[in-house]
Parts: sequence; structure tokens; C-alpha cells
Amino acid sequence: MFRSLSLWIGLSLSSILVVPAVAQPAPLPLPPARSATAPTIAQDDRLIRAFGGQEGLRAMTADFMRRVLADQRIAIFFVGFDHAKIEGHLYNQFCQILNGGCVYTGRDMNIHAHMGITEADFYALVEDLQAAMTAHKVPNWAQNKLLAVLAPQARDVIAVPSKPLEPQN
Amino acid sequence: MKRVRAIAAYTLAAFLLAMVQPSPSVAQDLVQDMPQAFSGRLKLTGGVNQIEGAAGGGFTPWALIGGYGTKDQVGGAMFATQVTLDDFTVQSFGGLIGWRNRLEISAAQQSFDTREVGAALGLGRGFKITQNTMGLKIRLVGDAVLDQDRLLPQIAVGAQFKSNDRGGLVRALGAQDSQGTDYYVSATKLFLAHSTLVNLTVRSTQANQYGILGFGGLGKGRSLESEGSIAYLPRQDLAFGFEWRTKPDNLAIAKEEAAMDLFVAYAPTKNWSVTAGYADLGHIVTRSQTGLYVSVNTSF
Repeated sequence: MFRSLSLWIGLSLSSILVVPAVAQPAPLPLPPARSATAPTIAQDDRLIRAFGGQEGLRAMTADFMRRVLADQRIAIFFVGFDHAKIEGHLYNQFCQILNGGCVYTGRDMNIHAHMGITEADFYALVEDLQAAMTAHKVPNWAQNKLLAVLAPQARDVIAVPSKPLEPQN
Repeated sequence: MKRVRAIAAYTLAAFLLAMVQPSPSVAQDLVQDMPQAFSGRLKLTGGVNQIEGAAGGGFTPWALIGGYGTKDQVGGAMFATQVTLDDFTVQSFGGLIGWRNRLEISAAQQSFDTREVGAALGLGRGFKITQNTMGLKIRLVGDAVLDQDRLLPQIAVGAQFKSNDRGGLVRALGAQDSQGTDYYVSATKLFLAHSTLVNLTVRSTQANQYGILGFGGLGKGRSLESEGSIAYLPRQDLAFGFEWRTKPDNLAIAKEEAAMDLFVAYAPTKNWSVTAGYADLGHIVTRSQTGLYVSVNTSF
């Protein structure tokens, strides 16, 4: 038993050393630009209607933005940026994904790559979005359709390499 | 045996210490300067603890790393489970630590109360068999939650080192050993657009009834067994689903069959979940055993 135990500890240690090294792409050059936004996923207006149409989506996005700016975990990333402009980009991006008749004109998601955003920061934003959608009575199935399209953006948004864990003074 | 117990005890102690967090005012001062230290992942995305302690469903390990730690964090979970069957009661408790969403180390103890059957077999009423399990799991590739544009699941390999305290009894039943190691590969995928999680696990094992009845039998070596789970998430705090787990049938005098269960998991907060279900564990010693599965999990 203990021979196999030590074999496994050895294997696990080597995987820790090896896997992250091969799994993470080099920080430079930047990954090739994907399409500036996620694809439109709805063929009809069922999804946008689940969000209460353009009007409902606009109200939800405004609530989402308020929650993000009040969220101590991530509010710092928005300091010095034009909040109304960001909210407009978010609305257009969501609206385009939901086939709501909008076009996203903002930049590629990989502009975030050097902001030091961690995976936990990304998920904090998702939690705020889930809370806003739930508060605006968006059904769970429709929430998950939108989140499924947004989730892969984590690869463009999360900093490479990861932000160090030490306090930054 | 003693060593395994000591390791389990130290692991649990480390956990309790890790859960002691600074007071809110200190935490608020720190939060401006420090990235989040704990619980970065989304609710229920660490699964619960399966019967042997690994992150998974009720009986099946998943490729997910337990707790809520991201690739920059350490997470953990503790659990207690009871399965009340027709003739027996199975209990399990323990905990795990997830390191950087890469490595999971778990320790758990399973006990098997023979209740009245113990008296009938001359072992004594309420005779208990106890097993300690240490688990290791390594995520190899994929992210079950984030990779929504890829078919590649999250894939992990794991091992469970088990040690049973009734060597004499299990040998008398025909088992070859009171210790054994299971190896497994798990693939887990969240199909978020369909609010559905799917897991498949292949396990190489010699364990009889999870190891409760020892390991191996006459002329039988390792066998490859399949396990699976499918869960539907109608809300962010709710999952219900189905699992199966095939098992070896090594002992001539105690037939063994596949286990399956239907479960509902509810997480009223991100840090607590309760799972309840109907379990059909197949034939165990006397006859086919069904009953109620209840488990409480805390994750950070």
C-alpha cells in the first residue's frame, strides 16, 4: 500500500510541475483576436423575451452595473473608467448574443488580459450577473444560455500569468 | 492503520484551522489590497463528497476538484453521510483540501453497522466494520464550467487508499486482503446551456462493497468498473439526478451487485449543501439493500 502511495505522491508532484507549464500559453504575443463578441445564439426572439425584451435587458444591465460597482471584490477594476460607456457595451453585447437586434461595437475581450484579473474576479462578476438576472426574474434556463456563451471569455479576460497572491503595495 | 488514522486526524485539524478567518473589519481592510483568498468558484461547482470522500456525487468521484478554490486559491470541504438500508447502516465522514483547482487530497472514514444481522451471524448485534480512505485526485485537463465552447470535458485521475479494520473477518469471508487501492479516471462536463452535468468514471478496483468486505477473492484480481452521474440544475441552488456504480463480485459467499441512486442536492448558501436520495445498493451479504441517503456538506 505505501509503495503505491509514494508512487502516487510522486506522480501528483510531477503533474503539478509539468502540467501548468505546458497548459498555459506564453503571455506574449497576445492570443489572436477572436470575434469581437460572442456569437448570436438565438434563432428567434424567445431568449430576448425571457429577458423582458430590450427594455428588460437594459434595466437588468443597469442593475448588474450597480452591483459590480458596489462589489468590493472587483469594483477596483472599474476605477477611472467611464461607467456609462461600459454599461452600454455590456448591453449591446448581451443584446447581440440574445438576438435582440443590437450590434456590439466594443473591443476584443483580450483587452482585459493585462489588467491582473483573476479567475475569482471573473466568477465574482458572474455572481453579480446571476444576482441581477434573478432579481429581474430571468428564468434559470435563459440565464444559463447567456452564461454559457460568456464563460469562454474567461480565457481572454483572466490575466496570464496569474496575479501573484502577495498583497500589492 | 494507525498511521492512516493519524493522517486523517491531522488533515481534519488543518481544515478547522483553515476555516478560522479574520474578523470582518480586518477582512475589509485586506480586501482592497489582496486578491480574494477563498471560495472564488461558483455555487455547487465543487460537487459534494462521494461516500469515500472525494469530490463528486453521492457514490461516484467527479473530475471536479472539491471546494471552491480557483487556480490561485486553496479550497476545502467537509461532509457527513448516512445511508440507512434495510439491514445495515453505512456512515461516512471526512474532508478534503483542493489545491489551486489542480490537486485534491481527501481523508474519510466509512463505517458499516451490521445491526441485527451482526447478531444473526454471531458477530454481535451492532457489530461494526470501519474503513479509512485517503484519496488523491489530479485534474489533468479541461475546465468543466468555463470551457462551454469546447466538447473536451474536465478530466482527472485519482487514487483511493483504503484500509479496513476487520482483517480477520474479511479473510474469513474469502477476501485476500484488508487493504487495497482503487485507481480511477473521471470525465465531467457541465452543459451549461442545458443546465445539465454529466460525469463518467472508470475505476480499477479489488474492493468488495467499497472495501467494507475487504479486497479481492479467490482467483479474482482487479476489475474495471464503470460509474456515472447525470444531474439537472433547475436553479443555481438545486440539482437533482441519477447515479450508478458497478462493482466487482469477488466473494463466493456474499453476492455483490451494482449500486444506483436518485438524489436531490440543495445549497441554501454557497457554503452549505444538503443532499438526500433514494439508494439501491444491490445485494449486500443477506439480500438486496435499499434505503435513504442523506449527506451534509460544507465547502469553502
